[in-house]
Amino acid sequence: MKSLGSIRRSFAPWADPASKPFISVKNVTKKFGDFTAVDDLSLNIYTREFFALLGASGCGKSTLLRMLAGFEQPTSGEIILDGQSLAGIPPYRRPVNMMFQSYALFPHMTVENNVAFGLKQDGMPKADIAERVAQMLKLVKLEKFAKRKPHHLSGGQRQRVALARSLAKRPKVLLLDEPLGALDKKLREETQFELMDLQQELGLTFVVVTHDQEEAMTMADRIAVMSHGKVVQVATPAEIYEAPNSRFVADFIGDVNIFDGKVISAEDGYIRVETTGGIPVRMASPDKPGNGATAAVAIRPEKIRIGRQPPAHAPVNAAEGEIWDIGYLGDMTVFHIRLKDGKVIKASSLNAVRAVEDPLGYDQQVWISFGEDAGVVLKD
Amino acid sequence: MEKWSRFNIASVVLGFGFLYLPIVLLVIFSFNESKLVTVWAGFSTKWYTQLWHNQGLLDAAWVTIRVALLSATCATVLGTLAALALVRYTRFRGRVLFSGMVYAPLVMPEVITGLSLLLLFVAIGFDRGFWTITLAHITFTMCFVAVVVQSRLLSFDQSIEEAALDLGATPVTTFFAITLPVIAPAVFSGWILAFTLSLDDLVISSFTTGPGATTLPMKIYSQVRLGVTPEINAICTILIGIVALGVIVASIVTKRREVQREKDERAAFAAIG
Ligand SMILES: Nc1ncnc2c1ncn2[C@@H]1O[C@H](COP(=O)(O)OP(=O)(O)O)[C@@H](O)[C@H]1O
Ligand SMILES: [Mg+2]
Repeated sequence: MKSLGSIRRSFAPWADPASKPFISVKNVTKKFGDFTAVDDLSLNIYTREFFALLGASGCGKSTLLRMLAGFEQPTSGEIILDGQSLAGIPPYRRPVNMMFQSYALFPHMTVENNVAFGLKQDGMPKADIAERVAQMLKLVKLEKFAKRKPHHLSGGQRQRVALARSLAKRPKVLLLDEPLGALDKKLREETQFELMDLQQELGLTFVVVTHDQEEAMTMADRIAVMSHGKVVQVATPAEIYEAPNSRFVADFIGDVNIFDGKVISAEDGYIRVETTGGIPVRMASPDKPGNGATAAVAIRPEKIRIGRQPPAHAPVNAAEGEIWDIGYLGDMTVFHIRLKDGKVIKASSLNAVRAVEDPLGYDQQVWISFGEDAGVVLKD
Repeated sequence: MEKWSRFNIASVVLGFGFLYLPIVLLVIFSFNESKLVTVWAGFSTKWYTQLWHNQGLLDAAWVTIRVALLSATCATVLGTLAALALVRYTRFRGRVLFSGMVYAPLVMPEVITGLSLLLLFVAIGFDRGFWTITLAHITFTMCFVAVVVQSRLLSFDQSIEEAALDLGATPVTTFFAITLPVIAPAVFSGWILAFTLSLDDLVISSFTTGPGATTLPMKIYSQVRLGVTPEINAICTILIGIVALGVIVASIVTKRREVQREKDERAAFAAIG
């Protein structure tokens, strides 16, 4: 059997100009009165993709999902599913199903009837329904709970019922609104992998909404980072992390150090920037901004090295400072280093050995440095 | 436990005495052997048996029950719909006016409700009788149902309706398969409330009645003017029994629902926390 990873690695329909998107969101705007919840948003989602909408609370993720499900109508723009416009099609005639943030289980029905509800609406024969329900409950490991009512279940079990119910009709697309939001951390991490396996096994397209970046990074093939009703960047988790297209994305995903400055020169794939703190930076970048343009260099903490001696390439891509704070996290240690100009830099180092001889301590004078491809140059 | 002061005890005894002593007396004297209402002459149920032979009272009771059943049922349907409209469509034009109008009968003096209905029936030339009483009862009990159902709807998780739509149920199926079963206890409480209100209404019935449609409270009232008889005590005792039963059933249903909701909430918290 092929591992999930090998399937994943070869899966990139968005990079293939010949492949047609399964869901196409075209210039969709949604207004509630004067308030614009979704602002001229366009997206393409492909068959069998695990797509995540990531953004802070209130940025319009759920509203977009609800437009896909049919609970809200776009104020303008259109949504195409499998070549068909969804305009005017009510929720009960769309080939998509949704798993609700609150699970929205029917409180007066048993687990089994909850799962069967959608199948009954389709007029499926009784025997087939029973078979499908049993199969779904087996899939989410809830066979023993078929006759229980939702309020006799734990949070994790309810989540599974909600999942089984939304999958029972074999929808072409499953929409999940913060599916793991109500679970505790450990259960959430387990369930993330279960969801990924399930999606692969059933060959479905998943669109999941989350405000948890780790969750999005773990599960999704691609992530759309949203802010104020707009998509800021759509890319794979690695691209989002390593090549954020804006200060917002760099800041939103993970930790980052941002050095503001001015472009001195840009040639043969490298940009030279003088930061406001006076550090001369040379960074790989395909862009060619004009000299004197403002620029920002974003570098992740784990890509910053700490040393007691200045590196060979100093003063380029290096600065002197003192250790201001140390956070020991077990697997790694995070240092806050205060540079000469007062700027505090975050640098993390993996604790690859159990005990370090002569570890770095508070107030120690150190040099930070980074390579020429350690960061990205942001235009805004 | 808190200590009860004498003052507290006295006020509770006085308060309850004031409320229930007359009723207790009435019930006791309905089992009186003597025809004189104020003199106790031993236990007897003969007045209850005599009731069965008093055709006038039986007819009135039959009218009352028919009015109560029919008006409570219609008021429940209309009141539930009004509550749904008020809770769900928060942005329609004239909502404030509409909600004010639904609740006005709660505080409107019955005399005014009765009189205005009478004027209406006269104006449109509606023959007064069973149907006008029923219509009048629907009008004034509907708002009580609306209040009861509305309070339930406020805590109703609308996403379960969306889930039903999402799974392919039409709005009509969703209402009957999801919404109604979930709010059923409140609807039932509303029905009981409307039923008991209709059962013992005197003022509005008197205004809107016509020939051949005398309700029990009206009958009792007219007979009492000729003097209280033990028979009246007996029928009143039965009425009290029915109303008390209704109130008890409604409060048990409500209580159960609350316990259930608390349980659900605890479970939900356990799931989150
Ligand atoms: N039905 C509605 N009426 C008015 N405002 C709404 C409605 N639904 C959502 N909003 C607003 O739209 C914004 C985006 O909401 P939502 O899509 O739920 O955000 P999130 O990204 O947290 O899921 C919020 O500010 C919210 O208050
Ligand atoms: Mg949301």
